[in-house]
Amino acid sequence: MQQFLRRHPAVQAWLLLSPGGLFLSVFFIAPLFIVLIYSFLQRGTYGGVVWQFTFENFRRVFDPLYFNTFLRSAYIAILTTFFCLLLGYPLAYFIASRSPRTRSLMLLALMIPFWTNFLIRTYAWLTLLRTNTGLINTALLSLGVIAAPLPLFGNDFAIIVGLVYGWLPVMVLPIYAALDRLDPSLIEAARDLYASSAQVFRRVIWPLSLPGVVAGSMLVFIPALGSFVTPAILGGGKSLMIGNIISNQFLAAHDWPFGSALSMLMMTLMLLGTLYYFRSTLKAEADA
Amino acid sequence: MSEECAVELRDVVKAFGPFVAVNHVSLQIRDGEFFSLLGPSGCGKTTSLRMIAGFEMPTSGHIYIGGAQQGYLPPNKRPVNTVFQQYALFPHMTVAQNVAFGLEMSHANKGEIGRRVHEALEMVHLGGLGTRKPKQLSGGQQQRVALARALVNRPKVLLLDEPLGALDLKLRKAMQIELKNLQEQVGITFIYVTHDQEEALTMSDRIAVMDKGQVLQVAEPEALYEQPTHRFTADFIGETNFIPARVAALSPTILVELAGGIRLPAGWVEPGIAVGDRVMLSVRPEKINLYEAHELEELTATTCRVRGVVERLVYVGTDTHHTVRLESGDRVVARLQNLHVDEEPWEMGEATTVQWEAAHGRVFKEA
Repeated sequence: MQQFLRRHPAVQAWLLLSPGGLFLSVFFIAPLFIVLIYSFLQRGTYGGVVWQFTFENFRRVFDPLYFNTFLRSAYIAILTTFFCLLLGYPLAYFIASRSPRTRSLMLLALMIPFWTNFLIRTYAWLTLLRTNTGLINTALLSLGVIAAPLPLFGNDFAIIVGLVYGWLPVMVLPIYAALDRLDPSLIEAARDLYASSAQVFRRVIWPLSLPGVVAGSMLVFIPALGSFVTPAILGGGKSLMIGNIISNQFLAAHDWPFGSALSMLMMTLMLLGTLYYFRSTLKAEADA
Repeated sequence: MSEECAVELRDVVKAFGPFVAVNHVSLQIRDGEFFSLLGPSGCGKTTSLRMIAGFEMPTSGHIYIGGAQQGYLPPNKRPVNTVFQQYALFPHMTVAQNVAFGLEMSHANKGEIGRRVHEALEMVHLGGLGTRKPKQLSGGQQQRVALARALVNRPKVLLLDEPLGALDLKLRKAMQIELKNLQEQVGITFIYVTHDQEEALTMSDRIAVMDKGQVLQVAEPEALYEQPTHRFTADFIGETNFIPARVAALSPTILVELAGGIRLPAGWVEPGIAVGDRVMLSVRPEKINLYEAHELEELTATTCRVRGVVERLVYVGTDTHHTVRLESGDRVVARLQNLHVDEEPWEMGEATTVQWEAAHGRVFKEA
C-alpha cells in the first residue's frame, strides 16, 4: 500500500483531499448552489420557492431601498477596517518590539476576549452605550459634563464601535506577524543611510509590513460587511446592515429568493475582495 | 586631538545593566587608515563599532568623528556608513534603489543620484544588476551591494561589522583583497570588526586587539604578531608555546628558570613582573629549531637551548609540527618548513635539542 502510494502521488493527494473535500462539497458548495438557484426563482406565499425562473430578485437588489443598505454596509465595513488599522497597527508595533516573554503575554491578553462569546461581548457594549440608562451617558450626566444624553446608541457609531472592538484582534495578529519577521538591522541600515524616524517608517517598515496590513484588513472587512449580530443589537433596530436585511427576508418576510439574491451579491463582493487580497499577497511574496 | 584623527574614542564605557561591554576604551584612528577591531565574540568590538555609528550611546566617555564630538547624535546625523554583518539589504527594493537610498535621504538631485549609483555599482563590478532584487543575487554579490550602498555616500568613515563572515572561505579570501584595494582606491577610513585574526592581519594598517571590553594592544600587524604585549594577544594572534617558568633575574639580562633548574634568557618581560614571580615564557613555533647533538655550535648568551625528545610529528604540507618533550617536562611545538626532499626527517622518540633566539622569548604574567 505504502509503495503504491509513493509511486502514485496523485492518488495520495486525492486521499488526503477527500475527507475535507467531501465535507465542503456537501455542506458548503451544495448549499451555495441551492442559494444560487433560489435567487432565480419566485417566492412562495409562506416561504419556500415556486419553480419559476425570474430575474426579478436581482432587479430588486438594485432598488435604492436595498442597494443603499449595501452601500451603507460597505461604508460601515470600510470605516471599521480603517479604525481597526488605526488602533491595531501601533498596538502590533508595540507588541512586536517587546521582549519575547512580554509579547506572548500581550498576545494572550489580546486573544482572551476574542475567545469569549461574541453575543455576550456585544450585549456588554449595550450596557455601556444605551442612550438613557447606559453607563457612559449616566456617568457623564451625573458628573455634569453633559446636559443631555449623547447619541451613542442605535446608530452607525454604535455599530462601528462594536465591530472595531470585535475584530481588532484579527487586524493586530497578521500585522504583528509581519513586523515580527522584519529584520531589525534593516531599520538600523535605513537610519545609517540618513533616514529620519518618519522616513524609516514610510520607506522600510510600512512597505515590509504591508502584507500583514492587507491580510488584517481583509480579515476585518469581510466579516464586518456581512455582520448581523452587532447591527441587530447595537443598531437598536433602527440602523441596519445588509446581514439584517437578508435574515429578515428569510425569517420575517418569507421571501427566500430575494434573500438568496442579496446573499449572492454579497458573496460576489467578498469574493472580489478575497481575489484582490490573494493577488496582492502573491505579488508581495514575489517581491520579498 | 590631532587633525589627522578620523575617529577618536576617549575613555568610552558602555554598560548593559550590570554587564560592562566596553570598559574604558580609548582609540585614535587615523585618517585614511584601514583599522581593525579584533577579538573573540563578546569582547566589545561590535558594541564599539555600534557606538561610532550611533546605534548605541556610550554610558560615559566621548566619541569624535573628524574632530567633532558626536554626543547623542542619531545615526542619520553622523558622517559614517555601515556595512552590516548580514548585509541588511532592503528586500522590497532593487539593487539600484538600495544603493540610491542614502543619496535620496540626503536630498541629492535625481541626475546626480543616477550617476553616482551607476558609478558605485561599476566600482563593485555589479554594473548590469541594478534592476535585480537582492534575493536574486548570490551572497558575494549581496556583499558588494552592501558595500556600494555605503560607499556611494562618500562617508568620512566606513564601518564594517564582520562583513565577510557569511561567505565561504575562497570567496572570503578574494573579497579580503578586493576590500583592501577598494579602500586604497577611495581613500576612506575603514573600521573593520572581525574575530578572524588572519583576516585582520591581511588587510589592516593597524589592529586593536580587544578582550573582555578592553583594548589590550594597538599595533601594526607585524608588531602585533612579533611583539605582543599581553598573554591574551600572544595566544589569540597566531599560535605560540607557553612554558611555565619563574623569573630568576631582570637585569642586566632577563633570565627565567624552568622546572629542573634550566635557566634561559628572554627578550622582553611584561611590565610589573618582579624577580621570583611565576610567569609564562612564550615562543612562537616557527622560531624554534631542532638540532642533533653534533650539529650544535657554541652556546652564546642570546641563544636558548634545551634538550628534549621528539614526541609527535604532524605533517601539514608546508610544515611539519614537531612536538618535543623538554627535559623540564614541558612540551613545545616547533614548526619546521618542509624545504628539502633529501632532509632526514625526525622520528618519534628521537633525542633532540631545541634552540631559539632569546629575543623571541617573551615573558608574560602567569594569568
